[in-house]
Amino acid sequence: MPSEKKHTNDESVYGAGNSDIFDLELNLLFQAVQHKYGYDFRNYSKAHLKRRILYRLQASEIHTISELQHKVLWEKNFYRILLQDLSINVTEMFRDPLFYKALREKILPVLSTWAHIKVWIAGCATGEEVYSLAILLKEENLLNRTRIYATDFNKKVLDIARQGIYKKQDIEQYATHYTDSGGKNKLSDYYTARYGSVMFDQSLAKNVVFADHNLVTDGVFAEVNMAICRNVLIYFNKTLQNKVLHLLDASLSGSGFLCLGTKESIRFTDMEDKYTVIEDKYKIFKKGGKND
Amino acid sequence: MIKAIVLGASYGGMEAIKTIFSELPDAMRIPFLVVLHIGTNKIDTFLVTLNQITPYCVKEAEEKEIIKPGTVFFAPPDYHLQVETPTSLSLSTDEKVNFSRPSIDVLFETAAWVYKHELLGVLLTGSNSDGAKGLKTIQKFGGLTLVEDPETAFAKIMPLAAINLSEPDFILPVKDIAGKIAELTSKPHK
Repeated sequence: MPSEKKHTNDESVYGAGNSDIFDLELNLLFQAVQHKYGYDFRNYSKAHLKRRILYRLQASEIHTISELQHKVLWEKNFYRILLQDLSINVTEMFRDPLFYKALREKILPVLSTWAHIKVWIAGCATGEEVYSLAILLKEENLLNRTRIYATDFNKKVLDIARQGIYKKQDIEQYATHYTDSGGKNKLSDYYTARYGSVMFDQSLAKNVVFADHNLVTDGVFAEVNMAICRNVLIYFNKTLQNKVLHLLDASLSGSGFLCLGTKESIRFTDMEDKYTVIEDKYKIFKKGGKND
Repeated sequence: MIKAIVLGASYGGMEAIKTIFSELPDAMRIPFLVVLHIGTNKIDTFLVTLNQITPYCVKEAEEKEIIKPGTVFFAPPDYHLQVETPTSLSLSTDEKVNFSRPSIDVLFETAAWVYKHELLGVLLTGSNSDGAKGLKTIQKFGGLTLVEDPETAFAKIMPLAAINLSEPDFILPVKDIAGKIAELTSKPHK
């Protein structure tokens, strides 16, 4: 039953008679978290927050959000658990293979004209994108002169990213995506399989700096030539999206590249006129308007 | 009054959706939000076809798009479709639910939380159990539920799973669903 329980939210106490309390308690919880721990979730997607909170209620067998709030305020460990629940930690290797193909064919040749390349992967979660990019850079002979800053606010996922150990069950799909992205070898050339998991070659990560950084509350991390922040903004509301876009913009050097998720956009944001579209479908933008 | 309709379909769903949308009256000023399981395949061709047979504006949902009446929003392949507020939706790359992304349960429950008793959930043909829990959540929040009759559905597993988990308000063959939707959206229900 436990595994089946994971996504069933329909057993919660919330329903037609008390839906106003549901919304009220959620607002109070995130106000409390902000006051006590300084982390502001209030501009996150409400649907995302509700799904994760109801999941936590079920998993910890707590009835109401008020009871959960009590635990969050009085038990620091429980707050850490909630932080894990709310963080965006779902990622894949070579998700959207054609994005990586565009990166390989259109962007890396431009970046290669710089003596030193700096890339920021913001919100790297468990690091699958970091290893995907490192493989790409290695095959284009750029890995040695590239520094990758891979950041996330969730220290637990950063540890996984550092180790580069992933579940074996996902690797078949990753290998297909790798080939579709224009990969020059076999994905298995880059990892060793052991028991139920695979471990990526640590030499891929030798120029990677994994660091704790919070996109919502922290400032500019480093000046970079390319900032990759894919499928993070979709979890934020418009206000927070704009704020994070300003942060990414401030960290990009002149004519640097900004890469977002395929359903994310700079349309209707402050960045609309400050960037040129390089790949509309795969959301690659170049800093500098058309008239710059 | 019903303010929005969520609709979920899987195996055999394209034909069922075409039937329903070709028979709906064009006067309905209401938004539709749809999850159709199609794996990671593109949905574009199907949406073009659907646009030709219905007076509604049919489109793939965009990130934080405004929910407009008279429009049919489909979840993009490989993204969950969620309702944020009565007038805005969101996409998510969260893990699969019921082995599915987009998942019908995710759309149904996030819609139930926002529209509450002003929501109608419609679950059609399919060969997995996605949507059953979501339909139950819609019911819990006071919304109406309609399930395609498993006897005449192209694939009966999905409608059966929903009927087993909750008692839907209506169980109808696909040919009668458009008429029922029109009837339910034209009058207050509770």
